[in-house]
Amino acid sequence: MPANIRKIVVQVDETLQEMGRAVTPPVRRAVAMAVIENPCAGRYVENLDELVAIGEELGKLLGERCIAALGIAGGTAESYGKAAIVGENGEMEHAAAILHPKLGAPLRKVLEKGAALIPSAKKRGGPGTAIDVPLGHKDAAWVRSHFDAIEARVSDAPRANEIVVAVSVTTAGRPLPRIGGRQKHEIKGEDGLR
Amino acid sequence: MIELRRISTQVEEIHHEGGTRAARPLVRASVAAVIANPFAGRHEPNLMPFMDALQPLGLEMAQRLLALLGARAGDIESYGKGGIVGTDGESEHGHVWHVPGGYAMRNLLEARGIATKAIVPSNTKLGPPGTRIDVPLTHVNASYVRSHFDTMELYVPGAPARDEIVFFLAMTTGARIHARVGGLRKEDVKGLDGLR
Repeated sequence: MPANIRKIVVQVDETLQEMGRAVTPPVRRAVAMAVIENPCAGRYVENLDELVAIGEELGKLLGERCIAALGIAGGTAESYGKAAIVGENGEMEHAAAILHPKLGAPLRKVLEKGAALIPSAKKRGGPGTAIDVPLGHKDAAWVRSHFDAIEARVSDAPRANEIVVAVSVTTAGRPLPRIGGRQKHEIKGEDGLR
Repeated sequence: MIELRRISTQVEEIHHEGGTRAARPLVRASVAAVIANPFAGRHEPNLMPFMDALQPLGLEMAQRLLALLGARAGDIESYGKGGIVGTDGESEHGHVWHVPGGYAMRNLLEARGIATKAIVPSNTKLGPPGTRIDVPLTHVNASYVRSHFDTMELYVPGAPARDEIVFFLAMTTGARIHARVGGLRKEDVKGLDGLR
């Protein structure tokens, strides 16, 4: 069964300056969110394969929406992250089933690579709950300039029987990074860390 | 006079709200601009030059909305606007948006053959970073079209700082997804006074 999607929200956040300094080029961050029906709401379901399949479907859909909104080729994206907010009649494991087993592969395909773990967050909440989606460089998790977060929120979701699933993709790390650590030009991109 | 710091856009596609899935989703788009408040921390008696200076920003934001709606830009049926002023400003600094925000959308839509006799509804408030505002939406040519009374809750995480203002513009492709409470229908709009 494909996901029963009630709505899709795509946001793009573009930072042009910080503390009076120009950010050149501007940092652009997209977050795409799908509000779906939770097919396992309100009861204990042992086998969560249906949610796993929904995760796979949304990894592709939301990844493509982010890239389209940024107007970039997938391979030029720099960081990514994912998150889910489960409505009150669901359990945290439902978010885990969507996010962890199969969402990553189609998202990485859209981005052409993605050696690094996709950082994630999950919580339970009602309509308007905000979640901070963690962001990290897509090919090397230790790139310090790309540790970031973007807030995802849909004002009328999730209802009790819904789940909000969010995927974020960016064109860059934080604006004006200057706290050292591994830089993106040093990425080896082999083990997903360095 | 206009120092643009950040732009945030959002496109929302609504497929259903528990009823029949729409053949074409309702699309609601918004754009927010975070700018420096040139009057933060002081009382400026004359706000009219600021209003004029905002016109290019209003136009750019309206153009971004049309771009966000893409193939659906010809279907625009409702609009709204809003502003959130950081705490070192006053709400009057947000109300300058009526002219540069409203007329930018109306002129752009009129140029594309969409009649816009109706006032652009609005909300303005003062608040700290992350403040949310309910931007009212109504039909572009007749404010009384009941199916098009709607609201978008908007915000920009982390804005406005004390010395900033966030201005919002919003457009949609139509009525609430399962509108069914009667009243003036869009098919019955006379289009003379902006109301009916």
